[in-house]
Amino acid sequence: MKPAKYKTLLWGLPVVVILSLLMYGCPSQQQLGSTADAAQKVYVAPGEYDEFYGFMSGGYSGQLSVYGIPSGRHLYTIPVFSQEATNAYGYSEESKPMLNTTHGFVPWGDSHHPELSQTDGVPDGRWIFINENNTPRIARINLSTFTTDEIIEIPNSAGNHASSFVTPNTEYVSAATRFSIPMDDENLNNEDVPISEYKEHFKGTLSFIKVNDEGKMEVDFQILVPGFNYDLSHSGKGPSDGWAFFTSYNSEQAHTLLEVNASKNDKDFIAAVNWRKAAEYAAAGEGRMVKGKHYRNYVDHNTHTSKSEVIEEVRVLDPSELEGIIYFLPTPKSPHGVDVDPSGQYIVAGGKLSTVIPVHSFEKMEQAIENEDFEGEIDGIPVLNYDSILHGEVENPGLGPLHTEFDDRGNAYTTAFISSEIVKWDLETTQVVDRIATYYSPGHLMIPGGDSRKPWGKYLVSLNKITKDRYLPTGPELFHSAQLIDISGEKMQLLLDFPTEGEPHYAQAIPADIVRQNQVKFYKLEDNNHPDAVKAEDETRVVRDGNEVHVYMSTIRTHFAPDNIEGIKVGDKVYFHVTNLEQDWDIPHGFAVKGMNNSELLVMPGETRTITWEPKQVGVIPFYCTDFCSALHQEMQGYVRVSPRNSNVEISYGTGQ
Amino acid sequence: MVLLAGCGGSQNGEDQESSQSETSGLTEFEQKHGIGPVDEVVEVGEIDPKMVETGKEIFRTKCSACHKMDQDYVGPPLGNVLEDRTPTYVMNMILNPVEMTKKHPEARKMLQQYMNQMTFQNVSEEQARAIVEYLATVQSDN
Repeated sequence: MKPAKYKTLLWGLPVVVILSLLMYGCPSQQQLGSTADAAQKVYVAPGEYDEFYGFMSGGYSGQLSVYGIPSGRHLYTIPVFSQEATNAYGYSEESKPMLNTTHGFVPWGDSHHPELSQTDGVPDGRWIFINENNTPRIARINLSTFTTDEIIEIPNSAGNHASSFVTPNTEYVSAATRFSIPMDDENLNNEDVPISEYKEHFKGTLSFIKVNDEGKMEVDFQILVPGFNYDLSHSGKGPSDGWAFFTSYNSEQAHTLLEVNASKNDKDFIAAVNWRKAAEYAAAGEGRMVKGKHYRNYVDHNTHTSKSEVIEEVRVLDPSELEGIIYFLPTPKSPHGVDVDPSGQYIVAGGKLSTVIPVHSFEKMEQAIENEDFEGEIDGIPVLNYDSILHGEVENPGLGPLHTEFDDRGNAYTTAFISSEIVKWDLETTQVVDRIATYYSPGHLMIPGGDSRKPWGKYLVSLNKITKDRYLPTGPELFHSAQLIDISGEKMQLLLDFPTEGEPHYAQAIPADIVRQNQVKFYKLEDNNHPDAVKAEDETRVVRDGNEVHVYMSTIRTHFAPDNIEGIKVGDKVYFHVTNLEQDWDIPHGFAVKGMNNSELLVMPGETRTITWEPKQVGVIPFYCTDFCSALHQEMQGYVRVSPRNSNVEISYGTGQ
Repeated sequence: MVLLAGCGGSQNGEDQESSQSETSGLTEFEQKHGIGPVDEVVEVGEIDPKMVETGKEIFRTKCSACHKMDQDYVGPPLGNVLEDRTPTYVMNMILNPVEMTKKHPEARKMLQQYMNQMTFQNVSEEQARAIVEYLATVQSDN
């Protein structure tokens, strides 16, 4: 008997191997249509440009990556929440304040959902916002310079996941707490309570951050909500303009082993927020101000320098006291994404564990609210009747539906994580009309303008969570895999794979011309009002102030002024204020001193950047330009003489003497 | 727009072309007065002291890091530049240095000698004219 048993086991093994090969191997067997046709569609000839700018969140890199679409060219990475030694973001004196929080200086972030600013519900290319999940923050990035202009911290929140989605005229950017936390009644302060008392103490907040015409952000109000997990969000548009929708899960209010304990209820909720009404309450002084200390960090363009301000209070609206600002829409099985179609009529939820995609009708929702067609109430929030608000359910949408985007022809496209495919379905009939396999396991997907009123429905990018064998392997850690799919025809066609940095969660894209026409190529020297700038070489100098030494230095192809510095002593703190005097595009200069403990500088033309250095050893220390700037780049160097702590060497400096 | 900015490939072609014959394709005007936005002869007449002041300040901030009057530095000395070059040529060199060093034989010689691409420093035609006025006064000092 024993040998026979072994036989069975051994027979079983190859089946597993073969099965896994089928699942993860043999890219050549995937239906590509015509390879030549696909190559033609993604080919951007040398010197020519892509049709779209694509912006992919960096996930655990904390940054925002920029890709050309359809080529998949990686154009740039914008430093946002993480320090970037390449250009001293978060290291230079000018940029360090950007990463200040109430938890102190936080040098990294987990960025999830970029969203372009909109006018009339259409991406306008002024800014792109992105959330930080871990230490709740929202950043605003200026798309004329591709630099982070502002970061605001979100108080009374833990895990800012349902963020940063904009309203149709960028009146507000959304934020919400993913992890509910204990909040005291008085000031919503976190409390020292047993975790097991979750149901009693834990609450959540949905936040609305007001954006003014210049882009300045402020937390206008927060809505107190039950202690669920708030997951994703999207604003209404057209008829549903004035509303925002947030998915929630863990309506079970579990605090341990959530994969089991938060998956029990048949339905969780989409929170439908009448933000316009809430904003009116806030403007009228309703609700109350609570202590809610948070940072706002912003770039002062006049001086190229970022600054921090601390805001002490925040307005909180309680829906049990203020009627009509929030309703719960029952939604099957731990919904993840919530997406509103271009017409603003349909609200689509991706229920991770659901076998259908529920599509709510905004018109029916309004009707149900008017008829008070409620099936219950939670903490003063009415729960609408599921059957009364449903437009339809998409049957057989694939396993693990997560996110939906739209084209401009009445179709919706939903990712199915578990069955690793994208499913195309008709919004009116909710019938599946096409499906395509992805490699592997898509999370979000993105169509240029695909969550706005005006999708440019030509391409779709599938942002896959698992890479496995798609590229040449790079050891255990792999970049994530994006796949470009042509959606212009009846059948979806896979065109291109390209690796993406970090973990892109959501992404956005916009026709390139909208952004390109606003590009800044260099900073004008005459507009540089940095207090430590030098505007010409004869202004360069070295000044001692106690044990601080300030070097006011200039760079131009191909030398530093000064490039010989003496009189620095061990124990000094040296500030190098470096101004790049070039006034031409793409001539940055670098600056690095041997043994620096922070980072190099990369100074754009016309810009001033400051880095500190604390010499610890006596000797003559070289510094040099780290950016190959001209034929004589290797000559772009200098020396600092470091003398003992008690030495009498006077400060002296020069170039060319 | 794509055509304007997407010309990375064709620049190399121009390079090869121009190195075949030193003055190929240049008009008589361009040979004498340079290639660039200034296409009419500019003369320096009676010195305008106000313009000299303006030119001197622009020169200080945007040119002096590389050019001295009486010594070789990053670029050539400029104390006697108007003896060798016309005012128009100097303006075109200031306003259009990259094309000049590619196409004009004299400018190309300078690039070969100093091995450093002169850069456009974002000055207007009016400012370039003022720099020439200033250089004219330096010239007479030397």
